[in-house]
Amino acid sequence: MMELDGNALAGDLREVFATDMTGAVFTCAGCAHTGVLATLRVWQPAPGLVGRCPHCTDVVLRLVRTPTRVFLTLTGATRLELPLEP
Amino acid sequence: MKNRISWRVATVTAARWETSSARTLVLDVPDWPGHLPGQHIDVRLTAEDGYSAQRSYSIASAWSAEAGSPDAGTVELTVQRLDDGEVSPYLTDVVEPGDRIELRGPVGGWFVWREKQTAPVLLIAGGSGVVPLMSMIRARGLARGRQPFRLIYSVRTPEDAAYADELRRRVREDPGLDVHFVYTRKTPDGWPAPPKRIDVATINSHGWPPDFQPDCYVCGPTAFVETAADILVALGHDPKRVRTERFGGA
Repeated sequence: MMELDGNALAGDLREVFATDMTGAVFTCAGCAHTGVLATLRVWQPAPGLVGRCPHCTDVVLRLVRTPTRVFLTLTGATRLELPLEP
Repeated sequence: MKNRISWRVATVTAARWETSSARTLVLDVPDWPGHLPGQHIDVRLTAEDGYSAQRSYSIASAWSAEAGSPDAGTVELTVQRLDDGEVSPYLTDVVEPGDRIELRGPVGGWFVWREKQTAPVLLIAGGSGVVPLMSMIRARGLARGRQPFRLIYSVRTPEDAAYADELRRRVREDPGLDVHFVYTRKTPDGWPAPPKRIDVATINSHGWPPDFQPDCYVCGPTAFVETAADILVALGHDPKRVRTERFGGA
């Protein structure tokens, strides 16, 4: 098992979002911790990608890909905050 | 849908060993848009039966921000072989120049250094965590940046240090760049200290004082990153200026 962080999610999130998401600030639904998505804890390989809060280890984000679709679950985050492009 | 990132096929044009287990692949990627130091490339391998595995690798090389520059840069990955890995042994031991690999990128925008950042920079690398930090050093060199840079690079033995010759050369030729090695298992002959892990004294002596408000980048295995980041914050560095990237290892 490889222990990674949210930096490794950049490519998969960039497939869904129009901008880089690793610098987006999440608020954890479990403990209200805030941090950038790059700091999520991620383990590989797994059938899907799971990003856990670095503070309370609750699941913040889940991303599952099939050959034709992407499923992104964000129930573990109460908020995402992104900078607007200058 | 426009603006969506897609997979493309690149050709390996050259390969070289950096250590006995880390290999650099030079890639020709059609229509490469350029990259920032610290960004990644995702590599995807697909077996004949359709099984595929994907990994994210830091880009080691620099790319000039000046559009159309004749000396724009190269796209290079340095891959550390993980003996139980699914992808890395293929990239280190099987791929040869002329082979084609599937990739997408560049991706990532948080663990990056931009030339417009004027603060001093402290880079702390554990093992192959040096790769994105090397890209930052090379980008600064390419842009003839004046920002003071310091690299603290922890390796097990002198033989495990990637880019050692280039780092020595750059310390002489790139004004304002300092490099300090930490050896955890075996030191070079004549080294003034026994092997040790990175600690408060190391970062205090070879980093920047918190008053300088440096931008700090820490990359390495999880335990290393946590130790170094905790020390930085304990020394008084603003956690918001400490960016981390962790990967693998125990």
